[in-house]
Amino acid sequence: MAYFAPTALNDALAMIGSEDVNIIAGGTDVFPAQGQAPLQKGLLDVTRIDGLIGLQWGPDGLRIGAATCWSEIARADLPEYFAGLQAAARTVGSVQIQNSGTIAGNICNASPAADGMPPLLTLGAEVEISGPNGVRRMPVEDFVTGPRQTQLRAGELVTAIHIPALPGHSRGAFEKLGSRTYLVISITMVAVVIGCDATGCIDFARVAVGSCSPVAQRLTGLEADLIGQMPQQVTVTPDHMSPLAPITDIRADAGYRLDAAAEQIVRAIHKATHGAPLTNG
Amino acid sequence: MGHPLQMDKQVLNPMTEFLLNTQNVSVSPIAGERLSHTLREGLGQRDVKVGCDAGDCGACTVLIDGAPVCACLTPTHQAEGRHVETLAGLTTGDPDAQRLTESFQNHGAAQCGICTPGMMVSAVALLRETQTPSEDQVKDALGGVLCRCTGYRKIIDAVVASHVQIPAETNDGTVGNSIRRLDGAAKVMGTETYGDDVAPADALVLRIIRSPFAHAGFTFGDLQQWQAETDGIKAVLTCADIPGQNVFGVIPDFADQPVFAEGTARFRGEAVAAVVGRPDVMQVFDATSFPVEWSELPSAETVATATAPLAPQLHSGRDNNLMCSGFVQQGNAEQTLTAADVCVEGRFQTGFVEHAYIEPEAGFAQVNDGRIEVHACTQAPVMDLDGLEIILGMDRKDIRIVPTEVGGGFGSKLDLSVQPYLALAALKTGRPVRITYSRSESMQSTTKRHPSDIRLTIGASRDGRIQGFDFSGDFNTGAYASWGPTVSNRVPVHASGPYRIPNYRAEARAIHTHNPPSGAFRGFGVPQAAIAQESLFDELADKLGIDRLQFRLLNALEDNAPTVCGQVFEQGVGVKACLQALQPAWDNERSAAAQFNETSKIHKRGVGIAAGWYGCGNTSLPNPSTIKSGVRSDGTVVLHQGAMDIGQGANTVITQIFATALGIPVQQIERIGADTDVTPDAGKTSASRQTYVSGSAARLSGLALRATILKRVNASDSAKLEFGAGIIRVVDGRDEHSVNLSSVPQDDEGYVFRAQETYDPPTKPLDKNGQGVPYAQFGYCAQLVVVEVDTILGSVTPIRFVAAHDVGKAINPMLVEGQVEGGIAQGLGMALMEEYIPGRTENLHDYLIPTIGDIPPIETIIVEVPDAHGPYGAKGLGEHVLIPTAPAILNAIKDATGVRLTQIPATPARVRAAIKELANDN
Repeated sequence: MAYFAPTALNDALAMIGSEDVNIIAGGTDVFPAQGQAPLQKGLLDVTRIDGLIGLQWGPDGLRIGAATCWSEIARADLPEYFAGLQAAARTVGSVQIQNSGTIAGNICNASPAADGMPPLLTLGAEVEISGPNGVRRMPVEDFVTGPRQTQLRAGELVTAIHIPALPGHSRGAFEKLGSRTYLVISITMVAVVIGCDATGCIDFARVAVGSCSPVAQRLTGLEADLIGQMPQQVTVTPDHMSPLAPITDIRADAGYRLDAAAEQIVRAIHKATHGAPLTNG
Repeated sequence: MGHPLQMDKQVLNPMTEFLLNTQNVSVSPIAGERLSHTLREGLGQRDVKVGCDAGDCGACTVLIDGAPVCACLTPTHQAEGRHVETLAGLTTGDPDAQRLTESFQNHGAAQCGICTPGMMVSAVALLRETQTPSEDQVKDALGGVLCRCTGYRKIIDAVVASHVQIPAETNDGTVGNSIRRLDGAAKVMGTETYGDDVAPADALVLRIIRSPFAHAGFTFGDLQQWQAETDGIKAVLTCADIPGQNVFGVIPDFADQPVFAEGTARFRGEAVAAVVGRPDVMQVFDATSFPVEWSELPSAETVATATAPLAPQLHSGRDNNLMCSGFVQQGNAEQTLTAADVCVEGRFQTGFVEHAYIEPEAGFAQVNDGRIEVHACTQAPVMDLDGLEIILGMDRKDIRIVPTEVGGGFGSKLDLSVQPYLALAALKTGRPVRITYSRSESMQSTTKRHPSDIRLTIGASRDGRIQGFDFSGDFNTGAYASWGPTVSNRVPVHASGPYRIPNYRAEARAIHTHNPPSGAFRGFGVPQAAIAQESLFDELADKLGIDRLQFRLLNALEDNAPTVCGQVFEQGVGVKACLQALQPAWDNERSAAAQFNETSKIHKRGVGIAAGWYGCGNTSLPNPSTIKSGVRSDGTVVLHQGAMDIGQGANTVITQIFATALGIPVQQIERIGADTDVTPDAGKTSASRQTYVSGSAARLSGLALRATILKRVNASDSAKLEFGAGIIRVVDGRDEHSVNLSSVPQDDEGYVFRAQETYDPPTKPLDKNGQGVPYAQFGYCAQLVVVEVDTILGSVTPIRFVAAHDVGKAINPMLVEGQVEGGIAQGLGMALMEEYIPGRTENLHDYLIPTIGDIPPIETIIVEVPDAHGPYGAKGLGEHVLIPTAPAILNAIKDATGVRLTQIPATPARVRAAIKELANDN
């Protein structure tokens, strides 16, 4: 069994095309899934590939290298509409996990409880995929198709996440609910990006909910209804929540998840518009 | 040092070179090898501890280029060109780490010590950024490391204050002094050796083949052929390889658990076979390649299904899956309840709780001069020997148990786990053999806290005096007996709580199911019973219109009042003192909560209290400890301390007691630990018995050694002993004698003076109504908690504990606090988040235990109502702490929200559902 750690993207793509390998970055999902079982395939380590780590502003927004770890995202100096993503970065597992786990790993692992998904949805993030036929991009909501399922094809590699610039007055927020403070898989989570006009009315709204459907989702109906409302008077109706389909599991029942997420939406909107300190939720 | 250099450098597996602490190293890992494995096995860096192999516990935290990461999640290849720092390296060169080693010891921040490397390495990374971190910064930095012993508070204190100069300890460590742990230095330096740290380099590796089903038949393929065809496999073991009897159990009359299941597996995770092979082969061993065929059978996994008609029966002779029951009766509960002015009743349910010590079971065995030696983590070395004698069919003089340090136990490491497999494999192969359980096999196969289903009715007269109490509990005891009989005996004795109840009936049944065996876990069923009793006490007090604390004080047990077993203590009953100690906090916190709730609509605060008691030592059974001591001719005083220190501090406390009795400073005593060849049996570390029982034996041993020395020079009892090189000076008032030790004959162990004393608590059997003298002493406690409930999300945040514990005499107050804080953390976990579900929560990310962010400040009030039997008045403490915590939290939730939770854990979803239901009812 082989371990490859190429530094050039072309080499990496060549290896994915020619060798039977799984991709590893931070290892925070690969190793727990592996347990004591032996590897069935070689590993392609993407963390040394040129251009895969770091945040970079370009004409069309921010590019986050696929293998950028959460703590780098948390530490970065970013506009306020990234506050939800940065808060989520600080709630991924623990400091240890944030120092290893990567943004693309979180997306490619495709857990319904992936902490990165709701904030990336609210930011309108796009996934950059490199493959034998070049580079393609797609919105993150299209990329993840179900639990443990993505649009990544054989021979392809996620190389970056692109986030377009959002209105400068918008602010992000993130709410995570778990049964303990650290190292916890979310029962439900909510990310928002909200902007208010000079009169205090909402003029920009993005809302996404995680752990309440096979893939985290934006609530576009709610987003539309939020426009023109005052943040402190927001109400979330069952109709707004109807796109979600939470399950009942050991962490909570489905009904609770819907109720909790609705409340978290309200709280996240308040947090985003009142400048309340960002916490671990 | 270092892995042998592989000169024919392969293209696909090139050498990985990195800076390890201060040394350049070069290794050749296989693809996907974890850095934790390379560091420990390839580079001898055993200060890196492995608790879960999944990034859930943080014990393996190392710094890579200064950033803390889990070595278990890091492919070794990723370390290429990096700087990897571990605890042992940091403590030799990093000033922040060196300050932490002092601060951790001064604060008592390391108990068992298995999480300590992860905690300290994480803390070093923080201290490099800020030397005076806030409590919140410490929590964020250490949030990824789990600790099951300390309750985290002392760890927070140690990191926050690491740059504060504390004067060196000067006291002599006699009873009553908060000295540092005597075994603490190795824990903070990363040099302590646990079950996985001791195997010789050439040891073979053992893996166990386990049932994937709760109930299944199985047949093996051709094992001989499989072994012959599989490279590097040295032995396969099944029930056919057991020279003695294929059975073990901690209670001989109930012993029923096979080492290897025979034809039928009775729980998911039960062992059916074991494979022994070369380490390199076992590193990539695929357990699914083992030739076994399973046929799943109908299972009974709950008490309800196991007691239903036509339920599958687990053991012949235990009809309806009833293993045993316990019973206590006094007066006539039924009659008084019918006539009582006020009655309350309730049904309370709890689930499996996992011990979740951070050290999985581990050890190695070898054959030495025809004798078998087992080196493993254990709470009960002599019981391990008893068990192996039967399984191996060997003379017990040919079996030696050498316990390693224990990375947490809490009751589960009383039972045999790895020991029989290791011993059988070493005997069969003639080679040293090692095993370390994976986290999931540790969780699948070792004992749990009994799930309970309790119905309770309590009646009182209008004046608030309890008249009648009727308790009936079913305890899910799993597939095998383990400590189930103890739980069913202890629960009826304790279910009253520390109160005077004249008419009492309590029955507890232990029911078999197809689950891992339920066994001993801090409190032996009493915490479950206390939830029912203390919850209903609040309901009863409210119904009577009496203050909840006053109601408890009114009914609290006192000296000279009979317990529900008819036992009358003339002294030492300290529950009133504990309850009274909470009065100021009760008054203040109640009014503060009321004030808070006036303005807070969504977040509501509540205050809860609960009390507890716990009988120290075995229930009405012999329970001796023996402590040996001696003086060598060079003047060294040696204490053979066989009471297993599983983090609670027996090494320190027993030595303090012995030193006080002998009359010398504790620092002058050399300790020899548990080892069945050289240290007498100090009994098992369970039932909160070590401070009391082994402590009493240590006191007697110290007094006897002292008397022997004094007698030699005819000095009086008040004489002072001074040990020097080869000499003992005896200062007796104005007389001064000296004993030249070279003139005193040595015995065959090299001792010129020696003493060996045994203490056995005076108890008497219980009659058919459970009347008698079950314990020589009880310890008592009462706790108060303030919680804040988010009434919309249902999440419960404890924000302060005040815990009053009657320990008789605090031998070491700092260690008392450590037990209190750690017990509260476990009780908090049980109340709010912990539930083991076989097949669902077999890891530490689905099974949640409290993190450093979940434990609020804890104020410990040490109450000392001396006990005539205890050494210097001391009583046991370990299990007591956990008993009132969960009911106090449930009572606080009720106080905050008006909802009475009767099922734990009180997860946000359950709390929210109860709040909604209450709102709908209104």
